Amino acid sequence: MRRSVVYLSCLGFLFLLLVSMFFHARYQREHAAPRLNEMARIVKELELTDLCLFTEARYTRHPSQADLQTAFQDHPMAMEHFPSGSFMKIPENIGRNTCYDTLDK
Amino acid sequence: MTRWINKQKNIIDFTLSSLLRRKGKNTALFFVYTVIVFLLSSVTFYTHALKKEASIILQSTPDIVVQRTVAGRHDLIPVRYAEEIRKIRGVNDATPRLWGYYYDPQSRANFTLMVSESHPLPSGDIIIGSGISRTLKVFKGDMMTFRTFDGDLLTLEAADILSSESELVSSDLILMSEEDFRYLTGMAKEEATDVVVRVRNPKEFKTVAVKIVSLLPDARPILKDEILRTYDSVFDWRSGMVVLIMFICVLAFIIFSWDKASGLSAEERMEIGILKAIGWETSDVINMKFWEGTAISLTSFLSGVVLAYVHIFSTSAPLFAQVLKGWSILYPSFRLTPFLNPYQIATLFFLTVVPYTVATIVPSWRAATVDPDLVMRS
Repeated sequence: MRRSVVYLSCLGFLFLLLVSMFFHARYQREHAAPRLNEMARIVKELELTDLCLFTEARYTRHPSQADLQTAFQDHPMAMEHFPSGSFMKIPENIGRNTCYDTLDK
Repeated sequence: MTRWINKQKNIIDFTLSSLLRRKGKNTALFFVYTVIVFLLSSVTFYTHALKKEASIILQSTPDIVVQRTVAGRHDLIPVRYAEEIRKIRGVNDATPRLWGYYYDPQSRANFTLMVSESHPLPSGDIIIGSGISRTLKVFKGDMMTFRTFDGDLLTLEAADILSSESELVSSDLILMSEEDFRYLTGMAKEEATDVVVRVRNPKEFKTVAVKIVSLLPDARPILKDEILRTYDSVFDWRSGMVVLIMFICVLAFIIFSWDKASGLSAEERMEIGILKAIGWETSDVINMKFWEGTAISLTSFLSGVVLAYVHIFSTSAPLFAQVLKGWSILYPSFRLTPFLNPYQIATLFFLTVVPYTVATIVPSWRAATVDPDLVMRS
């Protein structure tokens, strides 16, 4: 068999896999609805505010409830040292007149 | 048309033979290229799916959470604040919430303790998240011992386990009665952790929050919008880890493209010269170089994207799980729902395939337009 045919067949196969990813994603999304609904129900019932992704420190567990100074909360020189801290984006207004949110402006 | 297809097939045959002559170099290039596309795609798929899942799950999060700050730090809130907030026009309800953290020195895990009105429990009973059950091997009917704020031991029975489907939000939760919570934490009867406020009209969240701040100056309201935006921000492309991976990948592509664009090797120049001398047109040489770039970049792109999809959505993203887990003892076992859109694939394609292909063609075009004799002599 010619090399070009083998190559184009491989490329076609990979392209087919790429297209089938979209079908698989759609199928998975339809089947994930009960799981997502169950999580939404728990969030509503327990009045939860965060995903349980970072349980390593008390201030990384609920990022939405923490304030901008959490990394330094224990004492002024307590630098952030938990690995999940590396995910956090630097506050956009750092270095300026730091404020908590729009309500404080 | 058939003639054109046959011509392309011949050029592909020749290109593949040419690539196979430098088998080692091209295999290494293909491997590295695939790994970079895989990393870039994995980050894109993972952050997008997590953000999307968070936005769906957290839609039913409280409208406003009111904290109290003392000396710039979160402090316990007096229960009477809830009564004050309830009087504000537009507020449907305001309820004090009891929750906190408990560090278990034996397992070195942090738990989230919570009192829930929707799961009323008799004193002595707890409901635990499935992450705690799995990690600490505590099952329904087992006892768990806690050390109270004043050093006493409090033994509670795991009456139930929260569903494993909800692990992404409840893995480390321990639900208990108010009596046990106050006994364990030493929190006074007139204090709570924060206050949950429900507002009738979603358009009034901000107005109500402003009223809360003017009524209770030491209060810090957190709006639902801010809660929902948190995970957008954490997994934003500019956030720490993500920007680091992106930076490495982009840098690698710059090196690739620079290597290609800075010129061809003597062997490649010679090849182009011979091809021109035996009658190939400049367009044929460019066509050959296009297929050469495509053979490497498109194959690597498709392989990298498919592998990333399998990594993120068919397994529990083992590479990222380790990074996210950090020093955590409790980590939820979850599989993300694939939220995939053509825009993501198109972005990845333009980021990875196009620059490489262009960088392959430009120097070849330069070499192909020079006199073959001059190319071969140089």
